[in-house]
Amino acid sequence: MEYLLFLIATVLVNNVVLVSFLGLCPFMGVSSKLDPSIGLGVATTLVMTLGGVSSWLLEHYVLQPLGIGFIRILAYILVIAAMVQFIELAIRKLSPSLYRALGIYLPLITTNCAVLGVPLISVREGHDLTQAALFGFGAALGFTLIMIIFAGLRERLALSNVPAVFAGPPIAFVTAGLLAMAFMGFGGLI
Amino acid sequence: MIMATLALALMGVLLGAALGFAARYFAVTDENPMIKEIEQLLPGGQCGQCGVPGCGAAAVGMVEGTLPVTCCPPGGMGLAEKLATLLGVTLDAGEMAAPRLARVEANECIGCTRCYKACPTDAIVGASGQLHCVLLDACTGCGKCVDVCPEDCIDLVAQEPSLDTWRWSKPQAA
Repeated sequence: MEYLLFLIATVLVNNVVLVSFLGLCPFMGVSSKLDPSIGLGVATTLVMTLGGVSSWLLEHYVLQPLGIGFIRILAYILVIAAMVQFIELAIRKLSPSLYRALGIYLPLITTNCAVLGVPLISVREGHDLTQAALFGFGAALGFTLIMIIFAGLRERLALSNVPAVFAGPPIAFVTAGLLAMAFMGFGGLI
Repeated sequence: MIMATLALALMGVLLGAALGFAARYFAVTDENPMIKEIEQLLPGGQCGQCGVPGCGAAAVGMVEGTLPVTCCPPGGMGLAEKLATLLGVTLDAGEMAAPRLARVEANECIGCTRCYKACPTDAIVGASGQLHCVLLDACTGCGKCVDVCPEDCIDLVAQEPSLDTWRWSKPQAA
């Protein structure tokens, strides 16, 4: 039960995109259509969960015992990039259809700052392994949720009567800001 | 400090080795290797004169048999012969289309600048109000300039091999 509340808190209250403002690049870049958004969201979920787990293991079995916590960012990026490359190779071999669906997003997700930011926040909060895994999963779930909502909004915006100066990215940013304000309403929920 | 450097170096080596083994273990082998080989022989200009979008698609088409080996004008006869021996098909010598390159009709050009903005290989020289001219060395014959010209004064002309344009190395390279 406690883990369920933890998950809800990560998805809604501390949403990685609208509250922590991480991962804004793919959020603005890929969310103009619904299908790529779903693909990117699913791929990010895979990467962030595994990234959260591997970063926790790295932190507690390598960085802290050796007292080299100051290279945390470098070490995390190294491990995450290698892991994403490994996932891409594995998916390409084991499931060609899955590779065609989301293979192109995997290198894109490596450079997503949320994929680095979520393990770093995890360290700051002092999570244990289960919490770190759930945190990664929940953050990516929140990311996917926001991508889908935003893709739906942008598809509607593309068809509506937006003033010419606002058409395209400007109205998208304004909408993102309004959506962030709406998600502030979840503050204090848990 | 030393420990951090050593740790990072060791992680780099281990992860690199792991990825190397993974690349071998997970290598995708059921794609026809002929496709890759043919794609490397093609000129790579992605001009579309063969009728399909890009040299990759042309390689697939030639392996599957939907495209003849003479479909690539920039590759020339040399390429067609090499592909014919590679794929084991007979070559019909007469069918080769000569490579087509763009040419601006100087009398009709108004200097509107639309063609050189459209050119993907930067093969058109010109400025606003000046005559535009095509650099034949850089032109791949894709036809984008032909589409945008408002005066309709660009066409794609077949290049006959002359003493200047015939290259000894081309058949060997193909």
